[in-house]
Amino acid sequence: MELIRSEDQELIAKTAADFAKERSPVARIRALRDANDPLGYSPALWKEMAELGWIGMVFPESFGGAGLGFAELALVMEELGRTLAPEPFLSTVLLGGQALLLSGDEAKARAWLPRAIAGDAILALAFQEARSRYDLAAVETRAERAGRGFRISGEKIQVLDGHVADAFVVAARSAGGPRDEQGVTLFLVEKGAPGLAVTHQARVDGRNAALVAFEGVEVGAGAVLGAVDAGFALLSRVVDRATVGLAAEMLGGMQQAFALTLDHLKSRQQFGVPIGSFQALKHRAANVYIELELAKSAVMAAARAVDAGAPDLAKLVSLAKARCSDAYLLAANEGVQMFGGVGMTDEYDIGFYLKRARAAELTFGDAAFHRARWAALSGY
Amino acid sequence: MSELARFRSDVRAWLEASAPTGLRGRPGSELEGVWGGRQWRWENPDQKLWLERCAERGYTAPTWPREVGGGGLSKEEAKVLAEEMRRLQLPPPVIGFGLTMIGPTLLAFGNEEQKREHLPKICRGEIRWCQGYSEPGAGSDLAGLQTRAAPDGNDFLVNGTKVWTSYADKADWIFALVRTDPQAKKQEGITFLLIDMATPGVSVRPIRLISGSSPFCETHFTNVRVPKKNVVHQVNAGWTVAKALLGHERTMVAEAFGSGGGAGGRRGTLGERAKHHLGSENGRLADPVLRDQLAQLEMDTRAFALTMQRARDAAQAGHQPGPESSIFKVYGTEVNMRRQELLVRIAGPQGLGWEGPGFDPEDLATTRDWLRSRGNSIEGGTSEIQRNVIAKRVLGLPD
Repeated sequence: MELIRSEDQELIAKTAADFAKERSPVARIRALRDANDPLGYSPALWKEMAELGWIGMVFPESFGGAGLGFAELALVMEELGRTLAPEPFLSTVLLGGQALLLSGDEAKARAWLPRAIAGDAILALAFQEARSRYDLAAVETRAERAGRGFRISGEKIQVLDGHVADAFVVAARSAGGPRDEQGVTLFLVEKGAPGLAVTHQARVDGRNAALVAFEGVEVGAGAVLGAVDAGFALLSRVVDRATVGLAAEMLGGMQQAFALTLDHLKSRQQFGVPIGSFQALKHRAANVYIELELAKSAVMAAARAVDAGAPDLAKLVSLAKARCSDAYLLAANEGVQMFGGVGMTDEYDIGFYLKRARAAELTFGDAAFHRARWAALSGY
Repeated sequence: MSELARFRSDVRAWLEASAPTGLRGRPGSELEGVWGGRQWRWENPDQKLWLERCAERGYTAPTWPREVGGGGLSKEEAKVLAEEMRRLQLPPPVIGFGLTMIGPTLLAFGNEEQKREHLPKICRGEIRWCQGYSEPGAGSDLAGLQTRAAPDGNDFLVNGTKVWTSYADKADWIFALVRTDPQAKKQEGITFLLIDMATPGVSVRPIRLISGSSPFCETHFTNVRVPKKNVVHQVNAGWTVAKALLGHERTMVAEAFGSGGGAGGRRGTLGERAKHHLGSENGRLADPVLRDQLAQLEMDTRAFALTMQRARDAAQAGHQPGPESSIFKVYGTEVNMRRQELLVRIAGPQGLGWEGPGFDPEDLATTRDWLRSRGNSIEGGTSEIQRNVIAKRVLGLPD
């Protein structure tokens, strides 16, 4: 596993960086928020991303994808993360899309992936519940046998891009106790199914999420994704992959937050000199830089581990997410402090990064969660 | 078969035939090993044999030119050699500041005569070197050094004191920074000078550290006569040489500490060692706080190792060293210091032993290693100086 970008990868990163800068500046996210836009993203821009091949990047060519790897996808996520693009990448490509792909269910994949890859369908993964925090086995939503199929009841929270999803992959308990790994089943439920209620949620980072209530939603046996009672392993694999994508997005965000802060340190004058000449701030800036470099290495390694099917993938995923959680918050917190009074104003962009850093930290497990997971995976 | 594959099979055959069986399976740590020099006492005949055989093929300094005793290998070939030595778990035939610091510096800045005089002896482990940089009045402000070298015919007369001269009491030669122009701006009056420790007027006093050992010395120079031909590069241009050598030193320090991940000594991994001291419940460390700290430490170590790998991979692909290399010294040493602290805390009251009965030898070593590690963020440029360098050179923050 080489930790270096190939020429092709440099080109992908450059294309994504130019696109993010020109087509998706932070001003766009600010405008969407200020307008209280009901979609919260741009379907036109999403279509453009599809045409650039980004949505299908990690899917096989047989589904209309490009057959590239996470090493490449991470570059796009990083650049979009720099300007906080809110398009439904995590939900469609990394959660719903990966669940369909990794399930091995050819018929469902064929029904949904080509449309998703073309930018014509949004996919979501409904797994988180009010009491589950980051435990993927903590599933209380019930799936009871009903005729030849199942009846699903329960509520999922903060389903990413659930407000516009055309199809949901949902984790429900078909057997076992509330925290058992065994007995979790994944289902594919389409938008508009009777008993399905979707409510847009407003989050601190302005990203789109929804409460998704299942009020006795009846599905046939054909809606099961993977095997009955054995959905936990698939869910874990999907969330690990999504975590790599999120970590890459965070890597972009933290670098941009730091770049804004460095500009400010060089231009803001107090006591007749640039505040970046003060050693108290220089050393703290150096600390942020060190953490950014370490986060970059961890994300590169995790993305390559997905592509290589590395045996220590889970540890590298936890490494990347723990580092990015801490480093993004450090960069954003130090940013607000170094901007001083104006850092507290909504007018400056640094606050957007602080909010995204916090939201991303608390998605798919914070740093402490991933340290505990690392310890368990290491046998202590 | 590619040339590199042929090289690998040749090296493998040579190692199988030549590496003393008594040394196989004993890779050793960075700080234990054969330092060489006139005072060196062999621990066993295999060590001597291994050094002689490697030196004959230039394998003590694989990438140095053959004319000066090196192996003349390309980077790729040297990597293969290292891999094959690792496969048999062989220790390096010789280690020390000759190979890691003054050697690369002479290759870059030394004249032909200096290279032919000094490099072969380093390759054969005959001469041990030490470093004369810091002084009682010149620590972080290294360029403020006062050791004077006054011209006197074909010689310099050197007077002054160097401190933190690691292993000076065991060294044969010292590479030192001396002031040759007291009037010039402080960086511009410094010369890089090679001094034979056997010259009259050189005296060495070991300094006892808080860890109880004395790896550092105070080295005094009183009217020490040094030939002018021992100047490396130009008179008054020593600061350039000094900085280049510091780069080698910081890389060496980072590599020594950065690779320590997972090492828990004879008790296996850090996790196993922690379980030995703290006990476990359902396979998990009984103390959840130390468990979290241990995971943090292991993860920091891994991320650091990956960052060093990233720099190596980039160098291998022919890229210039990126800014990421500037973090190695500061982070590598600080993560090692946290590791030593955690090991003592994991040992608990058993980590309080100094010597004698009632304490496990490994716990005794833990205590001493912890104390020694406090110097990591001071030696070779303090962490504060490193952060100044990052702020200025990498981040472009104003003075």
